[in-house]
Amino acid sequence: MNFITRYSHVRNRSLIRQGELICRDLRGTLPDFLDASFDSLGIGYPKFYKMDTLSKLGFLGAEMLLKEIPLLEDYDPFQVALILSNAYGSLDTDMKYFESTKTVPSPALFVYTLPNIAAGEICIRNGIKGENAFFIWPRFDAKQMHNYVELVMAADNTQACVAGWVDVMGSHHDVFLYLAEKKERGNALVHAAVHLQKLYELKGYGTANDRSEEANH
Amino acid sequence: MEDRVYVAGIGLISAIGDSVDETFQSLKKEVSGISHITLFDSVNRGKLPVGEVKISNTLLAKRLSQKTHITRTALLGIHAAREAASHAGIDLKKWRTGLISATTVGGMDKTENFFYNFRENPRKGRLREVVNHECGKTTELIADDLGINNFLSTVNTACSSSVNSIAFGARLIKHNELDIVIAGGTDALSKFTLNGFNSLMILDPQPCRPFDASRNGLNLGEGAGFVVLISDRVRKMEKKTPAVYVGGYANTNDSYHQTASSPDGRGSYGAMQKALEMSGLHPVDVDYINLHGTGTLNNDLSEGTAIGRLYGERYPKLSSTKAFTGHTLGASGGIEAIFSIIAIEKQCVFPNLRFKNPIEEVKLIPQTKFEQNIKIRHVMSNSFGFGGNCSSIIFSANS
Amino acid sequence: MEQLMTDLKRQIIEALNLKHLKPEDIGDDQPLFVDGLGLDSIDALELIVLLQQHYNIKLANPQDGPQIFKSVKSIAEFIKANQPA
Repeated sequence: MNFITRYSHVRNRSLIRQGELICRDLRGTLPDFLDASFDSLGIGYPKFYKMDTLSKLGFLGAEMLLKEIPLLEDYDPFQVALILSNAYGSLDTDMKYFESTKTVPSPALFVYTLPNIAAGEICIRNGIKGENAFFIWPRFDAKQMHNYVELVMAADNTQACVAGWVDVMGSHHDVFLYLAEKKERGNALVHAAVHLQKLYELKGYGTANDRSEEANH
Repeated sequence: MEDRVYVAGIGLISAIGDSVDETFQSLKKEVSGISHITLFDSVNRGKLPVGEVKISNTLLAKRLSQKTHITRTALLGIHAAREAASHAGIDLKKWRTGLISATTVGGMDKTENFFYNFRENPRKGRLREVVNHECGKTTELIADDLGINNFLSTVNTACSSSVNSIAFGARLIKHNELDIVIAGGTDALSKFTLNGFNSLMILDPQPCRPFDASRNGLNLGEGAGFVVLISDRVRKMEKKTPAVYVGGYANTNDSYHQTASSPDGRGSYGAMQKALEMSGLHPVDVDYINLHGTGTLNNDLSEGTAIGRLYGERYPKLSSTKAFTGHTLGASGGIEAIFSIIAIEKQCVFPNLRFKNPIEEVKLIPQTKFEQNIKIRHVMSNSFGFGGNCSSIIFSANS
Repeated sequence: MEQLMTDLKRQIIEALNLKHLKPEDIGDDQPLFVDGLGLDSIDALELIVLLQQHYNIKLANPQDGPQIFKSVKSIAEFIKANQPA
């Protein structure tokens, strides 16, 4: 049996850890909010500023999840997996890169035109070396997510898995990450699709804003 | 054998052929598919060679009785997936069948036609050129063509995407979630990727020379490759005698840099080592390695270092087939999985074209000639992607 | 030269998103890569773009990068020597 031992959200310009608000700022653009909340967390990691929006969202979600637990004291780096999903892939950055091709194509933008780079950034920051996957689904799919994480955890070497949803397009942003572990930690929930769906929906902070509308900005 | 996952069918299209047979002939005759761009507009036309499938969208669509406005990525995918399904010769509707397809560009080839006009005037541009943009839509178009609606998923982990989709498919069968999975990937050439890789200054203006001391970058390619994976139960009930099964696979993260591989190849070493572990094999059991071997300074050095660490001075026959096909990105793992399967079926290994001198630091000498009638039981195929995503998969002879 | 180096520092900070730095934080001779400012291979490519966009200088071979991009001073010297008339 596996457990959901930690979870975090970035939604409606709010960082939310274990369902508790850490910071919120409704002014400015989404990138402004992400840089400001990064600054407020007091993390010395200047590479953050160079990341694309998808990576920044994933980075912040993972920081909230992992900052207070010594993941790599408990596990070998190859025993920790990372399974992400979203709907827009890297489209938000693809468009910015496309704009840059009008003059000189930007290498720094091009490298982020893959959602997988966000996974890489989380691995680099947290020293994770286990299995990675990035799925493109129409919407957060608790059943498929649960299914795949269970498959990964069934591989005997995998002890923990950072998993969830990191999506961005224009001002639309929606992050739900969780840590699945073979061992129980704190007030852990059993790793089950119903629990994932419930945690994803998270009451009290509004819903993930309407995608279709935001995408047409 | 109960939980073995077998390969019942293969299908592919790339710069060196539009079927398994034609591809095998090109490999055998050592005919490279690297040439100039002919099918899309680019400022790099005539400057940067590519591995282009020399069949226009119109012809592809006509051949497949598909609509001409769907994306090239989907057309290539349908072409290869159909060949794989027909090769398997199993009624897919009788079983719980899934499709897992990888792609990194999705419908970008059509979107870039649309984009500039639309940015200038939102009333301009044909919407049907963008409705198939998202990566998942490519998978849906292939699934519709094959009549699969049980389970669909799309993987994008950059250049290792297809290996990960095959591994995912094998897992779903092992855990009895599905009976049959068509797994692989597809990617079309586009201005987006060509200009992007060019901005990274890793495209060789000459045909690429993987694992050669003088290598100077990669050539992009396009294509698709799919395998039909079946459970032991399907094998028995359908009375199939597959020549190959999936021995093992592993995925790791290099955890070093967004795009560059670590100098010591720690992620690729981990992937190869874990795939061997899952297969229950020792490194020496592997008869042939199909290298990732893109031809960039960084990849080949890193991959070579990892192989040196795993094997020391006695390594199996190995080659990169990207000098034939170019780097087909999200499709490469699928195409090269099929090369690995052909190696077992035909008991042969493929040359690493244009190799002259080994890289000084790693000293690996790849296979330089096509060779047949040699014992090939286990083949390992490597695919490493941006984001540090490293995958290795092992195919084994079923005898 | 002084003016050129000041401009470069501002342009580098902007192009490479070095939001934690101000122009005066970068020394003329300070190494830009690895132990210095910690720039990496992608930053080197962006510096090539910067030379192209701001100074109309095209660098064909990325292998020349490390030598030219050692410090702000070495970039400025390279620009001086190669600026189109």
